[in-house]
Parts: sequence; C-alpha cells; structure tokens
Amino acid sequence: MSKHTFAIGGVHPHDNKISRECALEQLPLAPTVYISVAQHIGAPSVPCVAVGDKVKVGQVIAQPGGFVGAFIHSSVSGTVKSIAPRADLAGRASTHIEIAVEGDEWAEGIDTSDTLVTTIPEDPKAIIEKIRLGGVVGLGGATFPTHVKLSPPPGSKCERVIINGCECEPYLTSDFRTLLEKGEQVVVGAALLKKAMGDVPCTIAIEENKPEAIAHIREVIAKLGYEGIDVMVMKMMYPQGGEKQLIDAVMHRQVGSGALPISVGAVVQNVATALAVYDAVQKGKPIVDNSVTVTGECFPKQANLVVRVGTPLQYIIDYLGGVPESAAKIISGGPMMGRAVANLQAATVKGTGALLFLTEKQTRRAPETGCIRCGKCADACPMGLEPFLLNKLSKAADWDACEANAAQDCIECGCCLYSCPAHIPLLDNIRVGKGSVLSAIRARAAAAKAAAEAAKAAEAAKN
Amino acid sequence: MSKLLVSPSPHIHSKDSTRSLMLDVVIALIPAVICSVVFYGWQELLVLGVSVASCVLLEWAITKYMLKQPSTIADLSAVITGILLALNVPYTTPWWVVFIGAVVAIGVAKMTFGGIGQNIWNPALVGRVFLLVSFPTYMTTWSKPQGLFGLDAVSGPTPLGAIQEGLMQGSTVQELTSAYDYKDLLFANLGGSAGEVCALTLLAGFVYLCCRKVIKPWITLSIFATVALTSLIFWGIDPSRFTDPLFNLLTGGLILGACFMATDYVTSPMSLWGGVVFGVGIGFLTMMIRYFGSYPEGVSFAILIMNSVVPLLNMWFKQKKFGRK
Ligand code: SF4
Ligand code: SF4
Repeated sequence: MSKHTFAIGGVHPHDNKISRECALEQLPLAPTVYISVAQHIGAPSVPCVAVGDKVKVGQVIAQPGGFVGAFIHSSVSGTVKSIAPRADLAGRASTHIEIAVEGDEWAEGIDTSDTLVTTIPEDPKAIIEKIRLGGVVGLGGATFPTHVKLSPPPGSKCERVIINGCECEPYLTSDFRTLLEKGEQVVVGAALLKKAMGDVPCTIAIEENKPEAIAHIREVIAKLGYEGIDVMVMKMMYPQGGEKQLIDAVMHRQVGSGALPISVGAVVQNVATALAVYDAVQKGKPIVDNSVTVTGECFPKQANLVVRVGTPLQYIIDYLGGVPESAAKIISGGPMMGRAVANLQAATVKGTGALLFLTEKQTRRAPETGCIRCGKCADACPMGLEPFLLNKLSKAADWDACEANAAQDCIECGCCLYSCPAHIPLLDNIRVGKGSVLSAIRARAAAAKAAAEAAKAAEAAKN
Repeated sequence: MSKLLVSPSPHIHSKDSTRSLMLDVVIALIPAVICSVVFYGWQELLVLGVSVASCVLLEWAITKYMLKQPSTIADLSAVITGILLALNVPYTTPWWVVFIGAVVAIGVAKMTFGGIGQNIWNPALVGRVFLLVSFPTYMTTWSKPQGLFGLDAVSGPTPLGAIQEGLMQGSTVQELTSAYDYKDLLFANLGGSAGEVCALTLLAGFVYLCCRKVIKPWITLSIFATVALTSLIFWGIDPSRFTDPLFNLLTGGLILGACFMATDYVTSPMSLWGGVVFGVGIGFLTMMIRYFGSYPEGVSFAILIMNSVVPLLNMWFKQKKFGRK
C-alpha cells in the first residue's frame, strides 16, 4: 500500500490518541449557553433576536454580517436572556447571545431522525445555498464559511474535492470517532460537496494510524455505491492536515504564496465539515453541535463529546470530573496549534474541536539557549522557510528582510519551535514578523487601489 | 491546579535539547575513547583528562569572569571539544601542550566568537592545527601503540608520514604500503593520533549518531566518496606515486574528521546539498594536500578551509520554499 505525504519538512510528534476508544457521547444540556456572534472568519454576525424572545433549536439568531459571514443558530430551546459582550477563551470580549435552556424543542423543518438520506440533489446551487443556510463553517480549525469556499471566483475551476481526515495533531480523536460512527453521513457529505463543485473527483485522506476508519470508510463507499470517491491512505506526518500540505500530498500541487487552494483546483473540507454539510443539506439541520475530544494524560476521564455550541467549558469539564490537580495548561484544540485557554467561563464555538489538559512537565518551555545552527528548524518547516533566520530578522524588526524571506508564508504550525534543541521561541517571534509583513502587504494593496481610483477619477474629471 | 499557564502554541516540544544532542555525541565517542586508552595506555587517559578538564574549566571561567554570562558548560559541547582535541593529538603529547591546545580551542576559536553557535571554525581542529604548527615535534612523532600494559614503545612516523618520506627517498608506494596490513588499520594497530587508530569504533559511533538522527550521513559519506574517487583516479594513473583509495580512507584521521569534526552543527552547512558540496570539498582538498602538499595528512586543513565557506554554502543551497519558484 503506497502512502502519501507532503514534500517538505514536517515532524513526528507522538500521536497520543489516548481517547481513540471513547465512543461519541452526547453531553447533557447545560442550563445556559452563550453563543458568540464572532465564531467564524469574516464579519461578525448580526443578532436578529431580542432579549426575552423564545427560541428553538436550529432557529436563526444572528444573520451574516457580510458575504464572508455565516448564519448562527440557536443550539438550544429557551429564552434569550442577554445580548452582551463576554470574554472568549482567550479572555477577549465579543458579543454573545445568552440563552437559558428550557426543554429541547427543535425548529420546524429539521429532520432529527437517524434515517440516512443518500439521494444527492441535482442542483449544485441548491446544495450550496442549503450549506449557507445551515451556517456551515470549516470545522478543521479555520472556521472559514463553507459556502464561500464552495463558490470559486470566476475563472478558477475546482478539479478535486479533498476531505481532510488526517487529524494529524496529537491527542485529537473526534474526527476519527466521527469517521467510525458517522461514516455514512460523512461519505454522503463528501458526495454532496463533490456534486456542489460540479461532480469532480473526491478524495478522503486519512492517516495510517486510523486503520479502522480507513477500512470502514472504504466499506461505506462501496455500500453506498457513489462513483468517484476514494480513500487515500496518508503517512503519519504533522502538519499533514494543513490545507496546503494536504493538497501537495494528494495532488502533488503546491499552492503559491498568498494564493487560495482553488488556484490549483483544490477544495479542502474536513471530516466534521462534511458531516455538517450532510446535516444541513439532507436533514435541514444547521450547526448546533459539534464533537469535542476531552483528553490529556492527567485528565481522569477521556471522552469524545457531542456538545451544543455555546456550552461553557467549565460545564463540560465538571461533567467529566473537574480540572485535575496536576493540569497546568488547558488547550482548546491540539497541542501544536491549539490555543491556551485563559478563561474557563468561555463557551464553545462551532470550531471547538478539543479540550486538552497538559501538565506543567509536558508543556513548560525550557529556557532559551544559543542557536547551534543545527538546521533542525529548517528541516522541520513544511513551508521550506528558515525559521532561525526569520527569528533573527523579526527580533531585529527588519520587516523588509522578513518579507524577502517569506515570513508571510508561515502557517504557524509550530514545527520549528517544536524541534529546536536550543528552545528558542522561534514561532513566537516569527508571528510578529509575519503580522508586520502581512499588514505591510495589505497597506500596499490598499494604497495601490487608492492610487488607481484617484487616477480613474482624474481621468473621469478630464472628460 | 492553581493558575493556568497561557502561552502561545506549540504547547509541546520534542525531547531534543542541545545537551541531549551533545550527550549523544559523547556517547558515540566513548567506544573510540575506550579503544584508544586500551591501545595507548594510561598516557592517553592523561591526555584525555587534561584536554576535557581544561576545555570545560576554560569555558566555565570565561563565561563567568570575562563574559559575565550564565555558564554554558552544561550543554556538554566543551566536553566534546575536549575529547576531539585529545583524540587528535598523539598520546605522548605533554600535558601542558594539550592545555595550550585547549586554550586555543575554547578560548580563541570558540569563546571569542561568542560561544556555542557563533564560531566559524571547529574549535578542536583549530586547537589541533595550532599545536601542529607550533609544536611540530610533539605532534608528528607517533609511537607504535603497545597496548594498555605495553612496555617499550617504538616510535616512528605515521603511515602517511612514512610514505611521504619514503617517496621523497625514491621508493614506490607499493613497496611502502606493503608494510601495512589494512586489517591493522581497521583494528587500530598502527601509529597515529589516538583517534586515528580505531576506525571501527569511530564508524560505530557514526552509525549511532545517524540512527539517533543527531546528524545526517551526507557530509561524511560525500567525504568518503570523494576521497575514494580522487585517490582511485590518481592511483589508477600512477600507482607507484599515489596511494590507493583504501589506504587513504583508513589513515590520517580521515574517519575521525569525516564522522565527528566535519559534522559539527555549528561549522557545517544546514541543507542537504550544502552538506554534499561541503563534503566533496573536504574530500578533494584532503587528497590534494596529501598528494601535493607539504603536510602528510590534510583532513584538518581541509575541514577548516571548508568551514570558512559554510556561510556561502548556506546562502547558495537553501530548501526550496513551498509553492515558490
Ligand atoms: S511555524 Fe512557520 S516557520 Fe515555523 S515551521 Fe511552521 S511554517 Fe515554518
Ligand atoms: S533548530 Fe534552533 S538551534 Fe537549530 S538552527 Fe534552528 S534555531 Fe538554531
């Protein structure tokens, strides 16, 4: 069996999938949920309910705030208590809609049965519209509105849909469980995405450490009889789930700096998103819940929970027995790219995929020592960058040199910092350089646009 | 849990640290160290002890009293410099000569550049070459090893030295090399610096380092390949004037240099192709010095010369960036 992977760099952290045997389990409803209106990339949504309104599960409570935006639905039934700023998991305030839970009544038109609907609608536009109405965003971490990704700009053409089932971050198992337990729905979701993109071939990419999922999905595809969907077995390698890396691994095409996947004919959606697409299109069910892996060696009870959007983290943790004494850091997401949680009162969002507990010993960074020029950071960088150099340039605030050395291409995968034997906080510093380069690029683009418009206006005035 | 740590990703780290990598290099050198003590006896142990102790103490003293920085001796790099320096001088070298070598290696070649990671030239080699130039008598009189409890040491030149001398007196290479059994070279039975005589133990250390992914094999292999190929060509042209490939691979500290000195992180290129060019350069320069130069062996000089072009190699041979031309 030939195995595929991306061309440059990558690391092999121990995969620590200790929660892989934990079946998906429904988390009981929290008494109150807090639903953020800014839980996707793009414009925050605009609330369309008022304090005191009664809402049902799946009812729209906020409208997209722009083209790159998403509907937000109530994840519970009950009464809207407040619409006010509240701290998110990093401690930053954003508007949340607070709903006191009463019963579990679903909105009209949502099919809550388990019946599998396998007929694929004929019209791609109708599929994409249902995805939009379902508030589907990329659940692999980026939370980019899915319908936008499925509407390529004129002139570009999708040649392959890739379903990302790599789950290459250590510890995470929710996609694995989804593939095993909801494989049918995921495959139908893949078929829908394939149809939406004009019946292009579709590849479901799964890393080799999930042989049960690989076998199961192959069986499901054969059983459902869809044409043009295949499973590709990937070598274990982090960050294979990175969009550019996965496209390189599957299609042997490299997306250029600053370009979108569609520029090489690829559309990537992850497993959880494919499931959400199935729900939205076949069952009329918007994103109201998602699966969250709760894990860590120091955490007594591993679990893969299906959690309603907006559930406070504290509620989830208390359900499983509370924060263990030895935990020093709680991470939302995986250990390589996840974000440290500063605030346990924060609520989950659509993109919350995991809560990981690490001990001080597992996560404390060793003191920085001198660079020994071993090149391990450069060997590990999947973007072919020179982290030791970007680190130096960023610290010297030499943004031009940062740009010349492609700091803007950094995908913040953390491979460099992970590998550096001198414990130099490479990525911390490179982020600063990348940020400055990106704003310089944006400023240049804006200035160029303004200049072009001024020229046009002058031209118009002349005539 | 008292207070949650909040810091940016990544939240985990590979187990590697500078110290763990250097420790692996020390471990890889242990067989050669044992072998050299067994073959050369207690005098070799003295050389090793003086060399390692002075390197470590010098680095400690310089960081503490001159640079006023936290000490870096815990990273073990000074230990490696000490071992390599010791393996690069004859076991008969007086302790104070070894000490001077350590002063040059650590004090001049390493710390004046700013300590680990900042130096251009391999510290142990700079120390060695300094001694070679300043104390040629101590550095070029080797004794035939007599073993740990050996009695009368027979002194004589190294194989390469002997051949150079012999050639000048008009003998042919065949006559001269017939005195050597290559098995002796592999199993440490000939004159040379301590580290030159235990080829197999050095190779074992090299394999260990590659397996532990501490170093990549390309630099070393390209040195071996270039030395073999260059000498094959010359030897093919005139076997009476030029030594054969196997002889060149097994003598003159080539294995020690290729496995442990040319692969030093700080002073070697980072990329694969940079490393290959670096290795080819070392191999070729070594053979040119051996065949046409005035020193019988050339590995040290070749490595130091190639060390100087590492910044250029790092600039020329870069990993292609993802999705860019
Ligand atoms: S974080 Fe950026 S610089 Fe570091 S390895 Fe990843 S892409 Fe390269
Ligand atoms: S991994 Fe660390 S020590 Fe090695 S070259 Fe990169 S920055 Fe320097």
